[in-house]
Amino acid sequence: MSLNRKYIPIVVTILLFLLMFTAGSFRYTGFFSLQVLMNLLIDNAFLLITAVGMSFVILSGGIDLSVGSIIALSTMVSASLVQQHGWSPAVVIPLVLLMGAAFGCGMGAIIHYFKIQPFIVTLAGMFMARGLCYVISIDTITIDNPFYTSVAQTKIALPGGSFISISAIIALIIAALAIFIAHYTRFGRNVYALGGSEQSSLLMGLPVARTKVLVYTLSGLCSALAGIVFTFYMLSGYGLHAVGFELDTIAAVVIGGTLLTGGVGYVLGTFFGVLIQGVIQTIISFEGTLSSWWTKIVIGLLLFVFILLQRVLSANRSSLKQ
Amino acid sequence: MSTQKPILQMKQIHKRFPGVKALSNVNLRLFPGEVHALMGENGAGKSTLIKVLTGVYSIDEGSVEMEEAPISVQSPLESQAAGISTVYQEVNLCPNLTVAENIFIGREPRKFGRILWKEMNKRAQEILSERLNLQIDVTEPLYMYSVAVQQLVAIARALNISAKVLILDEPTSSLDKNEVQQLFRIMEKLKQDGLAILFVTHFLDQMYEISDRVTILRNGEFVGEYMAKDLPRLDLVLKMIGKELNLLEELPSLAEEYKDSLGEELVKADGLGRKGAIEPFDLSIHKGEVVGLAGLLGSGRTEAARLFFGADKPDSGKLIFSGRSEGVHTPREAIGRRIAFCSENRKTEGIIGDLTVRENIILALQAKQGVFRTISRKQQEEYADEYIRMLNINPPSPDHLIKNLSGGNQQKVLLARWLLTSPQLFILDEPTRGIDIGAKAEIQKLVLSLSRQGMSFLFISSELEEVLRVSGRIAILRDRHKVKEISGKDMSQHQIMQAIAGG
Repeated sequence: MSLNRKYIPIVVTILLFLLMFTAGSFRYTGFFSLQVLMNLLIDNAFLLITAVGMSFVILSGGIDLSVGSIIALSTMVSASLVQQHGWSPAVVIPLVLLMGAAFGCGMGAIIHYFKIQPFIVTLAGMFMARGLCYVISIDTITIDNPFYTSVAQTKIALPGGSFISISAIIALIIAALAIFIAHYTRFGRNVYALGGSEQSSLLMGLPVARTKVLVYTLSGLCSALAGIVFTFYMLSGYGLHAVGFELDTIAAVVIGGTLLTGGVGYVLGTFFGVLIQGVIQTIISFEGTLSSWWTKIVIGLLLFVFILLQRVLSANRSSLKQ
Repeated sequence: MSTQKPILQMKQIHKRFPGVKALSNVNLRLFPGEVHALMGENGAGKSTLIKVLTGVYSIDEGSVEMEEAPISVQSPLESQAAGISTVYQEVNLCPNLTVAENIFIGREPRKFGRILWKEMNKRAQEILSERLNLQIDVTEPLYMYSVAVQQLVAIARALNISAKVLILDEPTSSLDKNEVQQLFRIMEKLKQDGLAILFVTHFLDQMYEISDRVTILRNGEFVGEYMAKDLPRLDLVLKMIGKELNLLEELPSLAEEYKDSLGEELVKADGLGRKGAIEPFDLSIHKGEVVGLAGLLGSGRTEAARLFFGADKPDSGKLIFSGRSEGVHTPREAIGRRIAFCSENRKTEGIIGDLTVRENIILALQAKQGVFRTISRKQQEEYADEYIRMLNINPPSPDHLIKNLSGGNQQKVLLARWLLTSPQLFILDEPTRGIDIGAKAEIQKLVLSLSRQGMSFLFISSELEEVLRVSGRIAILRDRHKVKEISGKDMSQHQIMQAIAGG
């Protein structure tokens, strides 16, 4: 066996991305460029950040439906405080991050200590955060604070005349950090163990409670950060931002090769899962005539394929055990 | 060895659960360099004792001393810290992680918070090869390996926590013969390293093969601690089930008189077996015959019965019906062949508590007929009344909810349910457990009178007297093997006991 079977899903994901990118390059002139690649990151920075947090949640065997709403709430709180109350971004940004982390921490604590399914708890969190947006304002709040606009417009030049945004760099740093955390820290390994078997983790004496709560805290923090990045991108706060976004995020993680049952997957896979979603959008915009809803159709199909692939692999796995 | 001091001593342990006394006055001493077997039937309190020792449950009364200092463990983590490591029956590791990680997780070698994978893999390899003679690739995920190897990895993890006491909870239950031997070699080695091993098992042969000392529990009570080599097998069995040999009086078999009129062969198990449940066995059942299955709890009685009913899939052998080899693959097929199975778990696999007696009675017949041929209300009531009268079900009202009936009457309703399908072979697994003497006698009488009418029975019971009374022939199981078949004048409690004890 030349290829370790545990790498199959991630290899499939990476190959799929390369295939799509190559296909696009042959079909459309101007597709094959560093800038198109960079745009994938620029346009999907907030998706990447959220999906990184979601990866930890799914690896631990849970799910977080509140991420889209937390993003909306983050944009709303940022916009309201900066624009209507004149607070400094230097205060607002840490505050928003803290809020996201606290929100996630609360949900994690409820999930663990009251032994309630993450699906329900984060569903409640989703409604709550979304509702809170409208308490602040039912309208869009446009941001014209100089810090936000300058971050939004800053282009960092790369060799070859292409550029990258600050948001994309933040996303890349988060992804790199997450890979390190997942594979080289005890917290990361405990998340995998928890996803493998919670019962075993308890009996092996791992800090199950702390890990579980931290996972949701991390996801809340990532969502808040994604919300801030989203604010840079949209320059507004609005209660209808990122509606249904939690599902895009889950799709990116699953297409990245992470098992929904937990314990198996890689953050790097999530990175490529996000890029695949981006490349589908890019291809459809290059095509010109296709409705952007085709993105959803293709992602839907891909999800089916990946879930089937996982099923087949895990079926092999259980037959191996016999 | 007797001059040695125990490394771990549990004294007068009591543990109560709501309504149940799980442990009372239990003592346990573990000595370094010894394998100590903990024996008892299912429900004797073995698991509870281990859970108390490892901090999963708290102790109501009694004390635990480790190296002569009292300890009080509140969690599995604390017991590990105290030097007590446990390998549970179902391997409690994470199959998705690598072998090395499973050994080290929670205590990975680190530098500035960064896990040193190379170091970890190297050390995992060392532990496995030096202490357990196991050469495997530690970077593979655990699920790639067999249960036996997983068990060894669990032991390696336990050892790595520098255990002084190693608890192996039914480690051999899902291993085959070679794997058991491999495990025993490792246990011998660990014993020589000075470890105290507590070996929980219900396999008599394995106990005698590896153990130095044995503690026996029965119904949560401490029976005694013995040196294994000084304890004859028969005594061990008698102590486990709580009887004195000279008190076993020979009861006349009620079945004796019909034995001569043996009908044709109805069904025959030919080398039927299932790994981890029951070793391949032969057993034939004739028309109108009551065949008893005797053995300790956990000896494979229920497992054998389930194979007859198609509830589990055999990996070897086949069932032969009236001379023709045709398997039974699902309970549905079994019902089609007019086999009925009354499970030992009356509450979970038998009655449907919120339905009435009438509805419970017609359930199997309706299932057999299919959804489209409903049994009319009038017909249902006739059936219900008939069986309520025949089996003397009390209260004699078909519209009572079955959950409000006593255990004995619930059992009768279940019998009625299956009798209504007019089975050829009726498998009864512990039909009289937990019901009063009067109902017991009625059920026994019913079995006998039905067998006289040509119905065959496979009768499983823990009560030897009962098996003897109703059976024409008895198959005896030990450690998941069918060891003996006795009939006629050979049938006596003494005979059965000796077969159960074996060796």
